[in-house]
Amino acid sequence: MASVVVRDVSLNFGAVEVLKSLNIEVEKGEFLVLLGPSGCGKSTLLNCIAGLLDVTDGQIFINDKNVTWEQPKDRGIGMVFQSYALYPQMSVEGNLSFGLKNQRLPAAEIAERVKRASEILQIEPLLKRRPSALSGGQRQRVAIGRALVRDVDVFLFDEPLSNLDAKLRNELRVEIKRLHQRLANTMVYVTHDQIEAMTLADRIAVMRNGIIQQLDAPQAIYSRPINRFVAGFIGSPGMNFLEGTIEGGASPKFKAGDTAIDTKGYEFAEKPQAGTKAVFGVRPEHVMIGEMARSMPYTSEVEIEIVEPMGSDTLAWTKLGGQNFTFRTDSEYAPKEGEKVLLGFDPARASLFDAATDIRL
Amino acid sequence: MADTASLNMTAASADAVATDLSGPRGPRPRPRFSRRNIFLYGALFVVAVYYLLPLYVMIVTSLKGMPEIRLGNIFSPPVEITFQPWVKAWAEACTGLNCEGLSRGFWNSVQILVPSVVLSIAVASVNGYALANWRFKGADIFFTILIFGAFIPYQVMLYPLVIMLRELGLYGTLWGLVLVHTVFGMPILTLLFRNYFTSLPEELFKAARVDGAGFWGIYFKIMLPMSLPIFVVAIIIQVTGIWNDFLFGVVYTKPDTYPMTVQLNNIVNSVQGVKEYNVNMAATLLTGLVPLIVYFISGKLFVRGIAAGAVKG
Repeated sequence: MASVVVRDVSLNFGAVEVLKSLNIEVEKGEFLVLLGPSGCGKSTLLNCIAGLLDVTDGQIFINDKNVTWEQPKDRGIGMVFQSYALYPQMSVEGNLSFGLKNQRLPAAEIAERVKRASEILQIEPLLKRRPSALSGGQRQRVAIGRALVRDVDVFLFDEPLSNLDAKLRNELRVEIKRLHQRLANTMVYVTHDQIEAMTLADRIAVMRNGIIQQLDAPQAIYSRPINRFVAGFIGSPGMNFLEGTIEGGASPKFKAGDTAIDTKGYEFAEKPQAGTKAVFGVRPEHVMIGEMARSMPYTSEVEIEIVEPMGSDTLAWTKLGGQNFTFRTDSEYAPKEGEKVLLGFDPARASLFDAATDIRL
Repeated sequence: MADTASLNMTAASADAVATDLSGPRGPRPRPRFSRRNIFLYGALFVVAVYYLLPLYVMIVTSLKGMPEIRLGNIFSPPVEITFQPWVKAWAEACTGLNCEGLSRGFWNSVQILVPSVVLSIAVASVNGYALANWRFKGADIFFTILIFGAFIPYQVMLYPLVIMLRELGLYGTLWGLVLVHTVFGMPILTLLFRNYFTSLPEELFKAARVDGAGFWGIYFKIMLPMSLPIFVVAIIIQVTGIWNDFLFGVVYTKPDTYPMTVQLNNIVNSVQGVKEYNVNMAATLLTGLVPLIVYFISGKLFVRGIAAGAVKG
């Protein structure tokens, strides 16, 4: 059963098309992440689902009910904002109970729900404090609590961790995941952080310019990106792109300068024509060097130009087919600048894109 | 061995740093009578005297009797301090046939001031809130027209307003003047409130909507408690503006309902009899007292409110 359905939703701000006929179905209990660079329309889409923005066209269903014209409070959603948006003049308890008081629930019921939510989020000692007396992480917990007390089926998160420092972000990320496991309700989560997207999501929708590029499980998006934009956006450090042409044959070869890569094992969507201009993408973490490289289908000897040690691993820059190429390696066995090493990778794990359309071949 | 040589060099200079403890240390000393300070404080002093001298003359004159004033030494302090001019200005000075002094005008002004301030701020704050947060169709045009109203000279609207008030049966009454003040306060106050509410985080408003609060619920429970500074600013602007108003007072009221400023003018400008400078000064000071007190009480809040409205975030 679908929990949230977005059907043909468009939104224009004047002449600017922010969302272009979007379609998404979110299953009950699913964790869907809307991922994309800033300005891609992901937050706008979330606001449309919440009912904070009126759509120009299309329909929105929540729990099989058409809520396109409903007020936010009647849609059965709870929402968490990037800037926490806690009411500064109310205590934590006041913040949690504000929505329930608006629903005119009996006081006992309100107290019960506030108690339960603050237990889950471990904010009971903070109930009497004002938001200004809380740290960033505590504020965001209260903000999550405010969604929690509403007892709704759908949670909407609008970049909830972006205002926190790196350490807190990791802690709360795990906590949100734990919360999802425990409550098992539908969550739609907007972020521009691919780590959050990869770690939290059941499925990720990668968006650009108001259009969903790819909607799939995190692993599928990582290993089989549908176009060059998705390939470049997911993964850190970014994917290597080599520009060249496809040469025909029983198994087509990719040629860039004097380098030829046999694409044996790569699953083409359809057999490419010889002479097609193409982009060959390899993730830096899929490249092996030294002894490990020998077993790889493709190997080449290269000279290291720059080495960037990052602690856990090391990023090395070199040239392949005359183009910049990076790979990731264990810091213990990192090569030195100017050293010649043998690198190898498996073209079956690579991604090939049409240079003209950027679509996966 | 270039390496060792350069290492020794750095070691030697490090020694010099480590041993030289006599040089400058801590904050740089600032001489009290530097040329900069003399110019700065000198200029401030001159400007302060320039502004305060008239006030001094007024206070001093209002405390003298008429014989002393006729001597012509306007800067000299009173030889014999008398509060008679103040009493006369407040309770005995004559305008036309009426000899009740300024007191009647004062109470008229209070009766005009209180409802005008309350009404104009109540309406303008809701206006500003609606314009900032509930973007209705045509909001921008509405706002443009409203702001445009702030730039039209009042004189243009005097006569049409007389007719409108007459038709409403309010001409010459205190409530008519209250209505005029409320209307004319609208553009600037709406602008003030709109800008302030726009500067509050939009997500707060969104969160309140998700929490099920309506138009008035959000206004009273979320927005109002956060906007004390801007209300103080609005109150100050309105209190001083309405209290000091002369034009509307003289046009839209009758002698019975003249506000204090109009009555002050009538006392000071009376053509008959002796010019009682001491009474005039006392009357002027009495009239100016209300705005003065408002500024003294709320100075700090006023600055904070202006700053809060100006800085986004």
